Amino acid sequence: MTLWTAIVLACAATYLTKLAGYAVPARWLQNPRMTRVAGAITVALLSALTVMNTFAAGTALVIDARLAALGVAALALWLRLPFLLVVVLGAAAAGVVRWWG
Amino acid sequence: MESSPPTLRPSTWTPAIRMGLSIAVATGLYGISFGALAVSAGLTVWQAMALSLLMFTGGSQFAFIGVIAGGGAGSAALGAAALLGVRNAVYGMQLNAMIAPTGWRKAVAAQLTIDESAATAAGQQAPDEQRRGFWTAGIGVFVLWNLFTLVGALLGDALGDPRRWGLDGAAVAAFLALLWPRLQQREPVALAVLCGLVTALAVPLLPPGLPILLAAMVGAAWGWWVRSPDAPSVREEAAT
Repeated sequence: MTLWTAIVLACAATYLTKLAGYAVPARWLQNPRMTRVAGAITVALLSALTVMNTFAAGTALVIDARLAALGVAALALWLRLPFLLVVVLGAAAAGVVRWWG
Repeated sequence: MESSPPTLRPSTWTPAIRMGLSIAVATGLYGISFGALAVSAGLTVWQAMALSLLMFTGGSQFAFIGVIAGGGAGSAALGAAALLGVRNAVYGMQLNAMIAPTGWRKAVAAQLTIDESAATAAGQQAPDEQRRGFWTAGIGVFVLWNLFTLVGALLGDALGDPRRWGLDGAAVAAFLALLWPRLQQREPVALAVLCGLVTALAVPLLPPGLPILLAAMVGAAWGWWVRSPDAPSVREEAAT
C-alpha cells in the first residue's frame, strides 16, 4: 500500500465514520450501556495516545525529553492554565531539556 | 444559524460564538505542530494538507503520522486513524439530535464533527446557541487548522527536525490536556491508568499503531462490563 493510498482510504474511513453518526437514530444513544462503552473508549484512546507519545520510539520504550513535557503539562493542567498555554509549555519543556541534554 | 444571524461585529457575538472562536484559535495554531511533524515523518506538504482537509480530526491525523514516523506500514496507520475516529460517530449521533442538519448541511456538518465542535455545542443550553457554537467552532477550527498545517509543513523543512523545538512535547501535552477533563472521577482514572499500562506493555511486543487499538478494545470491554455509580454520561463528557 503506497502512502497516498493509505491517506485516501484513511480519510474515507474517518469521514464515513463521522457520517455514520448522523445516520443513527437518536434513541440508540439512550442505551446506557452503549453510552458507557463510547465514553470508556475515548478515555482509553486518549490515555494510550499520551503514553505512546511520551514513551514510544518505534517499538521501543524510551525516557527522554518528552517526559519533561508530560510533567510540565500535568502541572499546567493542575493549575488550570488554558489549553493553548499547556501545549506551548509542553513544547518548551521538551525543547529546553533537549537543548541542555 | 437560522434565527438572528450574527454579523462580523463582535458586539453581536453570543457566548457560543466567542467560545467557538477561542477554541478555533487555540486548536488551529496547533496545526503548525501537525504540519511540521507530518513533514518530518516523511509526508510531502500535499500529503499533510490532504490529511488536514479530508481527514480533519486531530487525534486520527497524529496517530496516522505517528505510525508512519515509527516505521509502521500504511495499513497500520490507516487502522489506527480509523479506530481513533470512531468517537466522532458518537459525536455525530449527539449532534444529529442537537442541531439536526438537513440536506447538504448534514454532509458538511459530518466533516466538521470533531472533539472541539461537539464540545462547544454540548456546552450550550439553548438550541440556537448549540447550533452557533457547533458551526463557529467547526468552521473556525477547519480554516485555521488547515492554514497552520500549511505553515507548519512549509516551515518544517526550514525548522529541520521539529523535535529540536520540542514539538513532540506539544503532542504529549495536547493529548494529556484532552484527557485531563475526563479524569474527574475515580473510575475513568483507573481506566486511564490501566490503558496506559497496557499500551506501554504492548509497544515492544506489537507493530506501531496496534497498541492503541488494543487499548481501545480494553476500553470497550471496560465500558461494556464495568458498572460504576459515578460513570459519567457521554453528554457530560463532551461538555468538558
